[in-house]
Amino acid sequence: MTAPALGAILSHWRRAPGQLAALVLGLALATALWSAVQAINSEARANYARAAGMLGGSQLASLTAPTGPISTETFVRLRRAGWLVSPVLEGDLRVDGRRITVTGVDFLTLPSGGAGLQTGSGEGDPAPLLRGAVALAAPGTAEAVRGAGITGLPRLVPSQTVAPGTLLMDIGAAHELLGRPGEITRLTVLADQPVRRAPLEELAPNLRRVAPGAGMDPVQLTRSFHLNLAAFGLLSFAVGLFIVYGTIGLAFEQRRPLFRTLRALGLPLRSLLTLVLAELLALALLAGGIGLVLGYLVAAALLPDVAATLRGLYGAEVSGQLTFRPGWAAAGMGMAVGGTLVAAAQALWRTARLPVLAAAHPRAWALGTVRRLWSQGAAGGALLATAAALSVAGSGLITGFVLLGALLLGAALLLPPVLSLLVAVGRRAARGPVGQWFWADAQQQIPGLSMALMALLLALAANVGVGTMVASFRVTFLGWLDQRLAAELYVTVQDAAQADRLRRFLDGRARAVLPIWEVEGRIAGRPVAVNGMADDRTFRENWPLLDAAPGAWDRLADGTGILINEQLHYRSGLGVGDRVAPFDGWRPEIVGIYSDYGNPRGEAIAGNAKLTALFPAVEKTRFALRVPQRDTDGLRRALTEATGVPAAAVTDRAAVKAASVRVFDRTFAVTGALNILTLGVAALAILIAHATLAALRLPQLAPVWALGLTRRRLARLEVARTVALAAFTAVLALPVGLLLAWALLAVVNVQAFGWRLPMQVFPLDWLRLLGLAFMAAALAAAGPARRLARMTPARFLEVFANER
Amino acid sequence: MNAERWILRAVRRALTVCALVAGLAAGAAAQGFAGLGTEAEGFALPDPDRTLEFPRDHGAHPAFRIEWWYLTANLEGADGRQYGVQWTLFRSALAPGAKEGWTSPQVWIGHVGLTTPDAHFHGERMARGGIGQAGVALDPFRAWIDEWEMTAEGQGAPPEADALDRLRLSATTPRIGYDLTLRAEGPLVFHGRDGYSVKSEDGQASHYYSQPFYRAEGTLALPGGDVGVTGRAWLDREWSSQPLSESQSGWDWISLHLEDGAKLMAFRLRDRDGPPFLSGTWIAPDGTATPMHGPDIAMTPRGTARVAGRTVPVAWRVEAPARDLDVTLRARNPDAWMDLNFAYWEGPVAVSGTHTGAGYLEMTGY
Repeated sequence: MTAPALGAILSHWRRAPGQLAALVLGLALATALWSAVQAINSEARANYARAAGMLGGSQLASLTAPTGPISTETFVRLRRAGWLVSPVLEGDLRVDGRRITVTGVDFLTLPSGGAGLQTGSGEGDPAPLLRGAVALAAPGTAEAVRGAGITGLPRLVPSQTVAPGTLLMDIGAAHELLGRPGEITRLTVLADQPVRRAPLEELAPNLRRVAPGAGMDPVQLTRSFHLNLAAFGLLSFAVGLFIVYGTIGLAFEQRRPLFRTLRALGLPLRSLLTLVLAELLALALLAGGIGLVLGYLVAAALLPDVAATLRGLYGAEVSGQLTFRPGWAAAGMGMAVGGTLVAAAQALWRTARLPVLAAAHPRAWALGTVRRLWSQGAAGGALLATAAALSVAGSGLITGFVLLGALLLGAALLLPPVLSLLVAVGRRAARGPVGQWFWADAQQQIPGLSMALMALLLALAANVGVGTMVASFRVTFLGWLDQRLAAELYVTVQDAAQADRLRRFLDGRARAVLPIWEVEGRIAGRPVAVNGMADDRTFRENWPLLDAAPGAWDRLADGTGILINEQLHYRSGLGVGDRVAPFDGWRPEIVGIYSDYGNPRGEAIAGNAKLTALFPAVEKTRFALRVPQRDTDGLRRALTEATGVPAAAVTDRAAVKAASVRVFDRTFAVTGALNILTLGVAALAILIAHATLAALRLPQLAPVWALGLTRRRLARLEVARTVALAAFTAVLALPVGLLLAWALLAVVNVQAFGWRLPMQVFPLDWLRLLGLAFMAAALAAAGPARRLARMTPARFLEVFANER
Repeated sequence: MNAERWILRAVRRALTVCALVAGLAAGAAAQGFAGLGTEAEGFALPDPDRTLEFPRDHGAHPAFRIEWWYLTANLEGADGRQYGVQWTLFRSALAPGAKEGWTSPQVWIGHVGLTTPDAHFHGERMARGGIGQAGVALDPFRAWIDEWEMTAEGQGAPPEADALDRLRLSATTPRIGYDLTLRAEGPLVFHGRDGYSVKSEDGQASHYYSQPFYRAEGTLALPGGDVGVTGRAWLDREWSSQPLSESQSGWDWISLHLEDGAKLMAFRLRDRDGPPFLSGTWIAPDGTATPMHGPDIAMTPRGTARVAGRTVPVAWRVEAPARDLDVTLRARNPDAWMDLNFAYWEGPVAVSGTHTGAGYLEMTGY
């Protein structure tokens, strides 16, 4: 019995290959977008883990010197006193304009185990590594660096366990490569220390202990970014699930007579359900498999941009190469199967309760009752109220995302009742029988199309919201860059002698030579870069302050005040008027807060005079030059010739700005791509809804045709109706999108990035989006409409002939 | 004390483990590096005609590949509880020669063990030469790695005294520590022919001498509190460059302090393809040393224990017919497993039979 029953059930798909394709495609797309995001996230996380695990970084405390490198003598003194510390030297190489981190370690004192590293198998001979003849690098990094022809570079061996963008080598080799003999950047403090040691303060009073995970932990910094991506992936999945829900519902509805017949022939209900479930699972696995392949391709295409984003925003290194990881693949498959079951739950339930003896009326499956419409509306309203309450009372990143979810879902649930009201209004305004019928029919179509329209609403709202956020960010960022990059030229010199030559050369040629330098201090228990700022009208006039005490610039200049950036302000809760102690013996008052977009770190600005008095030995190697605007190019050439500063070390304002904008645009390329993809899925949802509804529509259209409307006219009306519904949806999506943008800018952004942005609106973008939505709806409706226009009259007549 | 190959393997294994932790995965091996073996070119070889001179030869011999300062002590608390202490500094050269700074090819490895009747503690340190973190200096003699030290205490010593006659020894780990003073009550002892000790039938050899006559006194810092101890200690000095043959699978080494003041050192190199290679030195109470070979000495396992998942012979019968010696060695604590990058067994033993006394047993390759 089972085999023939299965054959009968499956025969449906042979007769409706379009439905099968829609089901598989919908599920595959949903799985693809979801697993693409998961793949990207897991790749990034694996990279962070590598970076952190490489040196036991985030789990172990370390010692740093605020004023400069730690000497080899200090290291040996600590070891000889029983302190188990391991030296790390970090420096940068420039390879084709990209920063490559050189990490020199002492393999002999490195904390072993516990670092959570995958050590791989096989034993390489460690001697060349220990002797500095070999360095390790991630495969992509090794190739890039090898090609750059750097002299004195050890032989590079690709290793999967080294973070991308990093060369890991013996500290002796790193000393030579970076030209910093004997220097140590920080000392890692091993977890297990011997009994009886002298206190650190006696042995090395100038060292500071940095708690594990303090500072630049990429996992913490990028958490919000990945949460963002995950939310986007889930949204895409939800949109795709609408398609699956629609097609499964239809397929079950059309097979009601078949199920009834099978039951009447004696197939037990349990067997029927098992067979149907097996069919669904097989479809889910097939579609999930296709989705995984697609997802991998999408992720591989997007990953380089994501890597650029993470580097630009957070300084976190992620390789642009995607690795297949069973974790996200399993998660994607699970989502596909789970999603299918969720989408099919209602249909399965109905099949289970199918009365065997009742006439098999293939009702229009999706025709909901008015009451259901209103209860759905009530749920939507409740969700929106929750979102409103959260926006007032809530705080924290997770709350922000719950707010977003409640807002979007509430709006989606509210859509059908609101559309219904709008259509009722249209109906009242309509004249003539065709107009009346048009609206009445639209009203009847809403439940059937509601899933697709809800998907469209979500996609459009996400588009408006994210688009508004990105554009607001861009405008603010550009304005801020213009203010911040006030100097005409920026120069980096190599040493004090070159700095002297530069000053002599610029005497009389430049209005001001302003050093740019920083010293590491501590504010609110965290390491903070304190920048020295000269007292110059360049800064007084241009530096944007979000909040300032009276006479802030004077107080900064006389050494009684300090400025902190917005990130530090949000993170530490410190504000204007609070006192801080960034260094021993100096307790300035915070006199202003400045915006510092794109900087993940907390920073502060101190007066140049005060900072120089505190740290007279720190060399200043970067300068901002105020020179006459007319001839920056000529001056630049002359400067290069006269001082020996390489041309590459002199940058003008335009170049810095262009580079910043490039980083910015790449940052949000991913968001744009996901936006378009989501919109595409929504359009597909409409297409599929139409295609699947077409057969059900026939009994409703046949009488109208019989009354004299031509098939062509009917088809045109079909398209017009869909476009009208899409237009209503798009108009409703606009306020939802703006609310979303507000939530992103004022709630999520502050939590995630540490800065708040003024919201700006871009009506032209909305128009473009509306146009896109119309076009998508029209295209989606066009196919079924054309079939309708070409349908033989005999098919229409059949409606009257068949007793249904 | 013997077996350059073992220690080479130990060092190499230890270095590999730390390199692996740092990420040197199969990729490195696949690249086919020049190994330690080929870099052996250029190391000095032991010379049978060389006369050892002191204090010069107490110091490091960076032209040789491998070297150690190896001290073991049998100690007793005021309540009669028996303890054992090990302090070892290995030098392993990646290339011959000393060099100042971080690029020195000299690698130093420290091992510390402390055995009580019911517990065994151990620790390991690694460091490179050239920066002062570890090394051996003369005048005054000082061997150290991190805070672990073996230093000469010069005050009050007669001018003719050897540089190693008065030593202070200390080490700490996260769980224990110790601080001992050592006073030699006899002369240095040279193994083999004036310190040229042959290691196999093929003639491989090392330079090997000992100071077995220490009286030890000091404090052990145990998890339960400090304990005052007294006892006897034995220092081994050995350096070489040659690995032993591939078929040798491990070795058993003993150093015994007998009640009548005589001492015995013996080792047994186990060979997969044949009988073990046995060698030793009988040391009279006045320090007169007599080499022993093959039939002069026998070492036979008499009982095993399961230690760290392996079966290890922790009881031995040792016979030296010419000396009327037939004794049984029993481990004070069978769990004296040095669970380090290269694991081995090393701990104190009690001697009973025709002679009584105390000693140390070391076993590798189990």
